[in-house]
Amino acid sequence: MSEHKLGDPKVAVAPSDESARVEKAGTAAAAPRGRNVFSGSAGRNLGLVVALLLLCVAGFATAGERFGSVSNLMTILSLGAVLGVVSIGMTFVITTGGIDLSVGSVLGLASVWATTLATQEFGWVVMVVCALAVGIGAGLVNGLIIAYGRVVAFIATLAMLVAARGLAELIAQKRTQVVNDSQFLAVFKGNLLGVPKIVWIFALVAVLGWFLLNRTTFGRRTVAVGGNPEAARLAGIKVQRHLVYVYALSGLTAGIAGVMMLARTSAGSSTNGMLLELDAIAAVVVGGTLLAGGRGTIVGTVLGVLIFTTLTNIFILNNVDSSVQAIAKGVIIVGAVLLQQRIARRTT
Amino acid sequence: MVTADPPQPLLQMQGIVKVFPGARALDGVDLEILPGEVHCLLGQNGAGKSTLIKVLAGAHQPTEGEILLDGEPIHISDPVAALRHGVATMYQELDVVDGLTVAENVYLGHELSTLGFSQRREAVRQTRALLKRLGHSEISPNQEVERLSAAGKQIVSMARALSHDARVIIMDEPSAVLDSEEVGNLFRVVKELTNAGVAVVYISHRLEEIREIGDRITVLKDGRTVAQNLPVSETPTSKLITLMTGRSVEYVFPETDGPAQDAPVVLDVQGLGLRGVFEDVSLQVRAGEIVGLAGLVGAGRSEIIETVYGARRATAGTVTVDSKRLRAGSVAAAVDAGIGLAPEERKSQGLLLDEPVYRNVTLSTFARFARGGFLDERAERRAAKEQADSLELRPAGVDRAIRTLSGGNQQKAMLARWLVHGCRVLLLDEPTRGVDVGARAEIYALIRRLADEGAAVVVVSSEIPEVLGLADRVLVVSEGRVVHEGPADSIDEHGVLDLVMEGSVA
Repeated sequence: MSEHKLGDPKVAVAPSDESARVEKAGTAAAAPRGRNVFSGSAGRNLGLVVALLLLCVAGFATAGERFGSVSNLMTILSLGAVLGVVSIGMTFVITTGGIDLSVGSVLGLASVWATTLATQEFGWVVMVVCALAVGIGAGLVNGLIIAYGRVVAFIATLAMLVAARGLAELIAQKRTQVVNDSQFLAVFKGNLLGVPKIVWIFALVAVLGWFLLNRTTFGRRTVAVGGNPEAARLAGIKVQRHLVYVYALSGLTAGIAGVMMLARTSAGSSTNGMLLELDAIAAVVVGGTLLAGGRGTIVGTVLGVLIFTTLTNIFILNNVDSSVQAIAKGVIIVGAVLLQQRIARRTT
Repeated sequence: MVTADPPQPLLQMQGIVKVFPGARALDGVDLEILPGEVHCLLGQNGAGKSTLIKVLAGAHQPTEGEILLDGEPIHISDPVAALRHGVATMYQELDVVDGLTVAENVYLGHELSTLGFSQRREAVRQTRALLKRLGHSEISPNQEVERLSAAGKQIVSMARALSHDARVIIMDEPSAVLDSEEVGNLFRVVKELTNAGVAVVYISHRLEEIREIGDRITVLKDGRTVAQNLPVSETPTSKLITLMTGRSVEYVFPETDGPAQDAPVVLDVQGLGLRGVFEDVSLQVRAGEIVGLAGLVGAGRSEIIETVYGARRATAGTVTVDSKRLRAGSVAAAVDAGIGLAPEERKSQGLLLDEPVYRNVTLSTFARFARGGFLDERAERRAAKEQADSLELRPAGVDRAIRTLSGGNQQKAMLARWLVHGCRVLLLDEPTRGVDVGARAEIYALIRRLADEGAAVVVVSSEIPEVLGLADRVLVVSEGRVVHEGPADSIDEHGVLDLVMEGSVA
């Protein structure tokens, strides 16, 4: 049936008055759509803010002061910081229409590589550089395999998920590597102006991510490649090269998150970041970034991360079984995607 | 109309009208098919052949008109009903499932089964019999279809049609994917079928094929039957082409003096080839000149300009812009050299539909406005607005999503993209597809204006009058080869059709 949608060649050769009518029909249909408060990007974020506020009300109602205290707020933020940084990178990947399942494993690998005795000998700067390099390296491999090897992102990054975790186990020999470098802990642990340093890092990454996506040529290319790869290619954008950069960026955020994990737990372990990719994807999608690509929102992702972290916090404060937590998360993810699809359908 | 006096027709279509929202695809089609005949359907692109087939196959419901089988009115509510009535269709795009075996494809949708258990052995046995009947015993029913050639897939498609005990088989350009030996075999099968009383509706652009196996011809134009039941043996080619030409659309083309004789050659293509698609294409376009590529759909026109553009990697030949040779297979290199392409499928190949107009206009140039990687959207918007205004984009303004614009205005946005870029060479593939007639004249005038301002323009269109009216010089492409080159006013629609349908000037 698709043969006779608007702009079809058949329409083009029809007698004049008829094709004129087609054009009119097109514009008439366009007019009434898209005036829904929640379908604009600000509106979508407003919906997320409302959801977050409702969660806070629920938190107060069930846990009272234990939820509302400043220290609990900082707990929520530090819990969300690691997930948040990874989710910023994931937002870029998903905006291109891709997926990165390897971020959790890459985080683990970065944390392990940065805490081997050999690395720690060189001091905290080398530890950080090492973690970031591992992240970027893994991301580059992902990107090259996906863009030039033409392997589906799901499979390429699934392979990296397995392989990076295996490599981390091999290096750490399944032991926890304690961070001995006191300077590393002095730099990254603790608070700055009353807020945990890792939360500052998350804030910084989020702001940089927002600028990168919304104000730079890199961001414009990301949206173009995700929105219509063929159109981007025919406009002269180097689509494959850009995909490599985007996966490298995602790897970089996983590396940063690895450093943050070290700051939080003071230990590198091959189990760090287990299943984090799922939470990151969920947060990005709930935040309003289209899985199909072409639309990404950093603000939405941050809100999505906060919603998930707050929810987990409330569950823990109320001693809800972790299995029940998992079920609730699942329901929320499906609900959010259903909502997203309905909005998408309304605007097409 | 020429009407023979036939025996009881097997299938009749009377006054078929098919209205799509806003368009009348069929506007009174009559068709009459006799048992055991090969009935050829002829008409230019867009004449309504595909829609007619879909009505017969049950994929579309006619808005008006009647279909009679053995003189009894029937209602073909869906494709299954069509098959039940004995009408089977072989579509132009091969509609086989690659992952399944030959036998599974043949019985797809009407699997042989008992109590839900598929009768695989029986299906294999019957498929083998069908393949034998088609003269292709070498194809195993257990083979995966993926491994078969295009011709092999077509045989599977035909076996499927036969498995329905079809009385009428519609073949939509069946020879398009076959080489000459395979075409011979196809004809043998067609003759066997007709000898057994099956009627074949045969659609092809190749008149020599129609002459070889056709019995009678029905000609469609603009969704109407313009001639019915012409005997193949007694109808001269020129008459057929005359019936197909002279479409009702009025074209308004801008006046032109053509390019200056001493204008420099901007685009120089030498011996360009893409293995298996086209070969040895050479063309030079001067500044200010519009060169048209005419030919049927599938002749290789779009592939030629996409290869010039680097969107496909040429297997032979060179592309030179302003005496600088381009790297093969690199769109970025072509764009840098100043080539712009307005692709055939504007929506899927050209536009980011949900993005605002100005971002679509600056899709090739936004980096140029940026400073240190930071976008300057104000400058982008200003540049886009300037070109949009000069092209009289409607509605004015560049902030709305481009999805909401009409086809003609979307096309203007594509042109604006290359105006912002400052292109030396413009490649326009079907520039008026989906553009209404009023806006067409405007697009034509714009294209001429761009040429007058010094651009070298190549236009591809399946509408022959459009190419002839717009271009200074015309290349006629048939089956991947340039078969004619000359000034646009030295050949007419009739002549072009003659070239592409019979390979010689009549």
